[in-house]
Order: sequence, then C-alpha cells, then structure tokens
Amino acid sequence: MSQAFTKAMARNIFYGGSVFFMLLFLALTFDTHTAWPQRDNHENLTEQVAHGKRLWEENNCIGCHTLLGEGAYFAPELGNAFKRLGGADGIKGFIASRPKDGIPGRRSMPQFNFSEDDLNAIAAFLKYVSEMNTASWPPNIQG
Amino acid sequence: MQYKSQAVAKPYFIAAIGLFVGQILFGLIIGMQYVVGDFLFPEIPFNVARMVHTNLLIVWLLFGFMGAAYYLVPEESERELVSPGLAILMFWVFLIAGALTVLGYLLVPYSGLAEMTGNSVLPTMGREFLEQPTITKAGIVVVALAFLYNVGLTILKGRKTVVSLVLLIGLAGLAVLFLFSFYNPDNLAKDKFYWWWVVHLWVEGVWELILGSILAFVLIKTTGVDREVIEKWLYVIIAMTLITGIIGTGHHYYWIGTPDYWQWWGSIFSALEPIPFFMMTVFAFNMVNRRRRNHPNKAAVLWALGTAVMAFLGAGVWGFLHTLAPVNYYTHGSQITAAHGHMAFYGAYVMIVLTMISYAMPMLRGRSAANSEASQVLEMWSFWLMTVSMVFITLFLTGAGILQTYLQRYSSDPLPFMVVQEKISLFYWMREVAGLMFLIGLVVYVASFFVGSRQPEATAVVEGSAA
Ligand code: HEC
Ligand code: HEM
Ligand code: HEM
Ligand SMILES: [Fe+2]
Repeated sequence: MSQAFTKAMARNIFYGGSVFFMLLFLALTFDTHTAWPQRDNHENLTEQVAHGKRLWEENNCIGCHTLLGEGAYFAPELGNAFKRLGGADGIKGFIASRPKDGIPGRRSMPQFNFSEDDLNAIAAFLKYVSEMNTASWPPNIQG
Repeated sequence: MQYKSQAVAKPYFIAAIGLFVGQILFGLIIGMQYVVGDFLFPEIPFNVARMVHTNLLIVWLLFGFMGAAYYLVPEESERELVSPGLAILMFWVFLIAGALTVLGYLLVPYSGLAEMTGNSVLPTMGREFLEQPTITKAGIVVVALAFLYNVGLTILKGRKTVVSLVLLIGLAGLAVLFLFSFYNPDNLAKDKFYWWWVVHLWVEGVWELILGSILAFVLIKTTGVDREVIEKWLYVIIAMTLITGIIGTGHHYYWIGTPDYWQWWGSIFSALEPIPFFMMTVFAFNMVNRRRRNHPNKAAVLWALGTAVMAFLGAGVWGFLHTLAPVNYYTHGSQITAAHGHMAFYGAYVMIVLTMISYAMPMLRGRSAANSEASQVLEMWSFWLMTVSMVFITLFLTGAGILQTYLQRYSSDPLPFMVVQEKISLFYWMREVAGLMFLIGLVVYVASFFVGSRQPEATAVVEGSAA
C-alpha cells in the first residue's frame, strides 16, 4: 500500500466506519421492530403456540429440519408443512405414527410419544409459522 | 518461547486437536446417515450426532482462539500473562463443562436434558448451534469473562500493539454477542432475527478480527516484514470486514418475516463481504513475497497462505454464490448452504487455528523455531489431504445443492423433498468418501506431532531469490 496512505488513516477508517455502520444497523433494527406487527402474525401467537415452540425447541426438531430455511437439511422444510400436510390432523397424524425403531433403510424421525395436548400445540405452532409473511418463500409447496 | 506464561497455550491446543478428531468422527456418522437413513437409529439420531459435530467444532475453535491469545498476547505485550493459574483453571472448567454437555447430548434424550438442566427457567435450548443447556451457556460466559480479564489486563499493562488490540476487540465482541443467545422470545421472527446477531456477527464480524490479527502475528514472525506495513493492512482489512459485514447481516433477513427492504440492504452489503477476504489473500502472499528471511517453519507459512486462499474461496466465492436475494430465494436452506458452511468454516477458522498451532507448538515443545524436517513434511501432507478433501466435500455438496434446488424448487413440476434426496444420493456417497479422506489427513496431522520429534530442527534454506 502506498506511503501516502498512513496507518493512522487506516485506523480512523476502521473506527469511523465501524461506528457508522453499527449505528445504521441499529436504526434498521429499530425500523424492523416497528414493521413487524404487520407481518409476524403475532396476533395468533397464543399460549398454545408458545408451548408448541417450546416443544419444538426441547425436542431439537431443528437438528433434522429447516424452519423457514434455517436449521438442518436432512428432513423436509416445516415452515409450510401445515399447508403441505393439509392442516393440524395431517401434522399430528404424521408425528404420532413414527415407528419407534425407524423405517429400515430410510431416513427416520424419532417417536417422541407426545400427549394429545402436545401434538395440538405443535400443530398450532406450525400453523402460526405458516401464516407469517415470508415474502412468499418457499417458492412452492414442497418447501 | 520468550515468556514462561505462554506455556498455558499448550493444553488449549492439545484439547482443540482432540475435539477436532471427535468432530470429524461425528461428521462421518451424519454423512453416513444421509445415505443409510437408519444408520445407528434410534441409538444416535441424526440431530444428536449433528449437534455433537457442530458444537465440537465451535468449542474446539474457541479452545484454539484462547490458546492463540495466550501465546500471542505475552509476546506482543512484552510481559508475562497476568494470571497463568487462572488460565489453567479455566481450561479445566471449559473442558469439563464441554465434555459433560456432549455426554448429555449422547446419553440423555434432548428433552430430558432440557428438563434436567431447568430449561423452563430461562429457555435458550433447541436452536441451531445454540443447543447447549442454559447452564452450559452461563459457564461459557464465566470462562469468557475470566479469559478476557486475563488477556485484557495483560495487554493494558504491557506494550500495546495493533495486533493485540484487534485481537482483544474481536474476543470482547465474541463474548458480548454471545449474550444474545440468552434472548429467545416466543415470537419466531424476533427469535430468528437476534439468533443471527450471534451466528452471523460472529463469523462475518468479530471472528474475522481474530482471524486477521492471528494471521498478522504469524506473518510478522515468519516473514520479518516491517510491523508498520502489516498493521496498516490489518486495519484496512478489518475496516472492510465491519463496514460490509454488519449491514451484510441482512442476507439472513430475506424470508423470516422481516421487512422486504432487507433484500436490498442484505444483497448489496453482503455482496461486498468478499472484499476483506480477497484483501487477506493479497496481503498474505504479498508479505511472504517481501519476506526478509526464510523461516525454518515452512509448514506454518503454508497454513498461513492456505487459510487466506481457502477463506476467500469458502466465504468469499461460495458466500457470494448464494447471497443475492433472487438467488437465495431458491438456494435458501439447501445443500448449497451446507457446501458454503463447510468450506468457509474450514478455510477461515479451522485453518487459522491450525496456522497458529503450527507456528507455536514447536516452541511450546521446546524447539527454538521449528519442527524437524520429517515432522514438517508429514504436516504438509496433512495440509494437502485435508484441504483437497474439503474442496471435494464442497464440490459434491454444491452438485447436490444445484440438483436439489432445481428439482425441488425451480422446475415446473417440483418434487417432494424426500424424493429429491433419494435422486441425489450419489453426491452424498461421494461426500462421505471425501470425508474419509479428510479423516486420513487428520490422522496424518496428529501423527506429525509424534514423528521426527527426536530429529534435529529444520533450518532455513537460503534461496537465491530471497536475500
Ligand atoms: C432425527 C431426525 C428428525 C427429528 C429430530 C425430527 N424429525 Fe421430523 N422428519 C424427519 C424425517 C427424516 C422426515 C421425513 C420422513 C419420511 O418422509 O419418511 C420427517 C418428517 C416430518 C414431518 C412431515 C413433513 C412432510 O412434509 O412430510 C413433520 C410434520 C415433522 N417431521 C415434524 C417434526 C417435529 C415437530 C419434530 C420435533 C418434535 C421433528 N419432526 C423432529 C426427521 C426428524
Ligand atoms: C473441518 C471440517 C469440517 C467442518 C469445519 C464442518 C462444519 C460443519 C458445519 C458448520 C455444519 C453446519 C452446516 C450448516 O448449517 O450449513 C456442518 C454440518 C454437517 N457436516 Fe460438517 N464439517 C466438517 C467436516 C465434515 C465431514 C468430514 C463430514 C462428513 C463426511 C461432515 C458432514 C456434515 C453433515 C452431514 C452435516 C449436516 C448437514 C445438514 O444439516 O443436513 N462434516 N458441518
Ligand atoms: C468465514 C466466514 C463465514 C463462515 C464461517 C460462514 C458460515 C456460514 C454457515 C455455517 C451458514 C449456515 C447457517 C445456518 O445453519 O443457517 C452460512 C449461511 C450463509 N452465508 Fe456464510 N459464512 C461466512 C461468510 C460468508 C460471506 C462472506 C457471505 C457472502 C458473501 C456469506 C453468505 C451466506 C449466506 C447468504 C448464507 C445463508 C444461506 C441460506 O440462505 O441458507 N457467508 N454461512
Ligand atoms: Fe451471514
């Protein structure tokens, strides 16, 4: 790098640039908070949905599945599974019917032995996710 | 080794390498489960083995960063570490907490682990990379604070260099951003938004400062190029990192319930994120070409150049590939993401830790500058084996990802996920074979510590060109 460009100048760009873009990022974050009510489907975020999210976390579903495209890539995307499986009954039926020892030769999902309440909560959570405004992602029903 | 207290780095490096081996073994297990779906099921379900794979990766990289700091800071500060005892104590705390957590993953169903560790009190578990029980997270914070106190005070009391200052900013940022892992709102959009403050702002923000500073340190030591020149480069690189990388977070805010304008902010700024990685490559080759001396540790120089190139390929090129919103619409959460994640993590963070280990370990084991010729030859073999294997893993996953994206998301007659996975299984088989080659490279790497230990040190060859 040329001599005219000194270390002090480089340092100032680092501190100045970082602080400026941090502040810009905070401003955009603030704006995102004000925009959320129109798209995050919070009006349907019931106690039951919150319970479903806890079950989702405490059974590490994200370790096999993606949810809105984030997670693991081993098993189907579940952000729109509520629609793909045709509603709560499809979800509950699928989860409840997993064989304990898996399916020979096929990628397998564990049998979690959920209660009826838990199954309802998970279905409610996946319904809530499927109704968020995700800028029409995924591209089609297959996720 | 110039300062006695630098010796505390050694156990950190040894633990890092040990956990690295564990990480790769579990990588091979999940790679196998991709093609033989019921492999080890139900004893070790995919999600459990994956969690072990990724968490071991993060933990051993953290061990590596801490070891690097304990080696680098006394030398830069020209004084002993404030408290070597605290460093050793924290080593054991971190190792035992890490081992218990991994055992918990493997021996108890995850929901049982959540219950045992009181996840309901402050629920933070069950999110990718942040699967650790809340008490483990708290333990990580304690270790990080003790560590920052130790290196921070050493830096403040001693000579302040740009290298140690940048390292400290990076490490402090790492600890502060980790605090967002304790924020887990019921609102999924908010949960995801702040999850990225840990994950993205780590790897495309503060960790790059750590990477830049370790690279600068090793280049100063091995090339003898004037510190002023290297420090100027370092400032420019990390300036570009944060100028592009902070707003670049927006490339994760396209489809998670966040406003549409993020598609613009994220695409534009993250498209610039390859710049600092490119500069790092130019920087490393420039410094080595302008070297004032030939360092006898050729392996360390190879790792330093390798990390610059592979970080640019994995993060810069493979990152750019899917970062523009119209592309990401189709590739989001596909094997393309996995391809990029592997090469970026390997090229930037695995390789920089191995660079530092390669540079420092000879001195930590009583050599004056380098290992024997035989040991270095083996180490350089392992470099090529692991790096070429990782290139193939990335290429196979990219092939899988292109087909997956087309068949499942782009074609006029989209196929279900499981059907597509079946169709592209050949690529997963090839990934598994490349993974085995990676393991062989890793075995050679470990062997290089035991081969030629009793032979004399390598000496620098005087070339005509350098002088
Ligand atoms: C060990 C990996 C694993 C874990 C953990 C896991 N799943 Fe699955 N899941 C799968 C696999 C594999 C499939 C596809 C099964 C098939 O098609 O035969 C699947 C399919 C599904 C489906 C049907 C999707 C579709 O489009 O057909 C739903 C719904 C589902 N999982 C929900 C869950 C929930 C909820 C959890 C957490 C409580 C969970 N899964 C945890 C592996 C897993
Ligand atoms: C040092 C080398 C490696 C690094 C740095 C690494 C890193 C990672 C990372 C970061 C993830 C999470 C990926 C993401 O979310 O996009 C991951 C997942 C994974 N890794 Fe590795 N890995 C390495 C080696 C291997 C090897 C050798 C194999 C197997 C042959 C392997 C197989 C896998 C698999 C199957 C997944 C899960 C992908 C999924 O979510 O479906 N990894 N690894
Ligand atoms: C060393 C630096 C980097 C590392 C270690 C890294 C690692 C990763 C990992 C592990 C993921 C997957 C996260 C998940 O599981 O959801 C990811 C996602 C992503 N990365 Fe990087 N990355 C780096 C730099 C970059 C850069 C410079 C760019 C852009 C130019 C980039 C673009 C992306 C994008 C767009 C995604 C989202 C993929 C998706 O939509 O599924 N990354 N990165
Ligand atoms: Fe990112």
